[in-house]
Amino acid sequence: MSAAAHGQPTIDAGSAQVFAALLEARTGQRIAAARSWKFDAALKPLLQSLGLDRVEQLTARLMERHDTALADRIVDSLLNQETSFYRDAGVIETAAKLVHEQPAPARVWCAACATGQEPLSLAMLFAEAGGPMPEIVATDVSAAAIVRARAGSYSQFEIQRGLPIRRMMQWFESAPNDQWVAQPKLLATIAYRRHNLVTDPAPAGLFDLILCRNVLFYLAPHLREQVLERLAAALKPSGVLLLGAGETVIGQSERLRPCRRARGFYERVGAPDTPERLYTAR
Amino acid sequence: MKTCLIVDDSKVIRKVARHILETLDFTVSEAGDGREALTACRASCPDVILLDWNMPVMSGMEFLRALGGEPLPARPKVVFCTTENGMAHIRAAIEAGADEYVMKPFDRETLQSKLQIVGVA
Ligand SMILES: C[S@@+](CC[C@H](N)C(=O)[O-])C[C@H]1O[C@@H](n2cnc3c(N)ncnc32)[C@H](O)[C@@H]1O
Repeated sequence: MSAAAHGQPTIDAGSAQVFAALLEARTGQRIAAARSWKFDAALKPLLQSLGLDRVEQLTARLMERHDTALADRIVDSLLNQETSFYRDAGVIETAAKLVHEQPAPARVWCAACATGQEPLSLAMLFAEAGGPMPEIVATDVSAAAIVRARAGSYSQFEIQRGLPIRRMMQWFESAPNDQWVAQPKLLATIAYRRHNLVTDPAPAGLFDLILCRNVLFYLAPHLREQVLERLAAALKPSGVLLLGAGETVIGQSERLRPCRRARGFYERVGAPDTPERLYTAR
Repeated sequence: MKTCLIVDDSKVIRKVARHILETLDFTVSEAGDGREALTACRASCPDVILLDWNMPVMSGMEFLRALGGEPLPARPKVVFCTTENGMAHIRAAIEAGADEYVMKPFDRETLQSKLQIVGVA
């Protein structure tokens, strides 16, 4: 039996270094050497789809041909793109309410949106609340994730995670191969774009709400600070930032502070003083 | 601890569901069809019922209708849990009073998120 069958790492140190460097250069994410065993499992589907047996063959192909499309696919395989509908449901509902309190047309940026469940969760809430539809820009560094998000098509497992059945009935259609597809009118409310938080300037204009959840903790501290600076600069004076549960700006940004209107959110230092209502979803 | 009654004629499915529910800190009981489930509810009403569609003796839909006529202290939440995965079935179940719907196969995260949605997890 091979080492892999025993759960032992089979990736050679050289390949692990190459992939770690590629991931860091593309996304700012750093994988500690101690966790490089993760590469094995993460790259397995890619190896299979290319008809390769061993990771070294992938390394060789990447380096010999200087193949950027292959580099994209490797990076995509290494990224954690775990997400779900209404992840942390309470704060998503609060986020939608905060947006509704802003003068129309409100603008929302879902940064690192993965396969699109997060912007769709908001879009459904906005559509159900009625009134002018906020503009939603949804971005991710992974081209593959953006292609999937734009298609709005989810497997039976994905569609059931976090999405109440009544919303699924209202906003999704069933499609062949156990897929569920978001209605075009819902998808049309979201502009999907590839965007790297570490290297790209923020999308044009200022936002009432920015979501940047479950991605910053993968970044080195100095990059995290830079990204937070950029997010702060992209907020309207009364805009709010939402990070993942357990992520914070405290000690990492001088330009952001906990929001006084809603627990778990952040606002710009110097944001106008309008604590009309206090939401405490978390 | 919350209580869940699993109603399914398949022993295997009951075992899988029980395992997941126990890791979510539920006290679990089982019934093999709708009639057994009704008897179980009369004896001790659970917080939530995981309900299969096709079963001998009394189907999930028949059970759901019968449950509506029972003088229970509190109405348990009902989560359909079935391989009937078409929109028509889903709509029928929700119209008949089910609170949520899980399409088999499901995993732990799915079940947990559905139980959270109905407010028992
Ligand atoms: C764990 S998912 C989080 C998805 C969603 N925000 C949520 O909380 O459910 C992290 C996402 O961040 C993306 N990502 C990683 N590095 C990034 C970067 N430098 N710029 C933009 N997105 C990045 C990944 O492609 C992945 O889709």
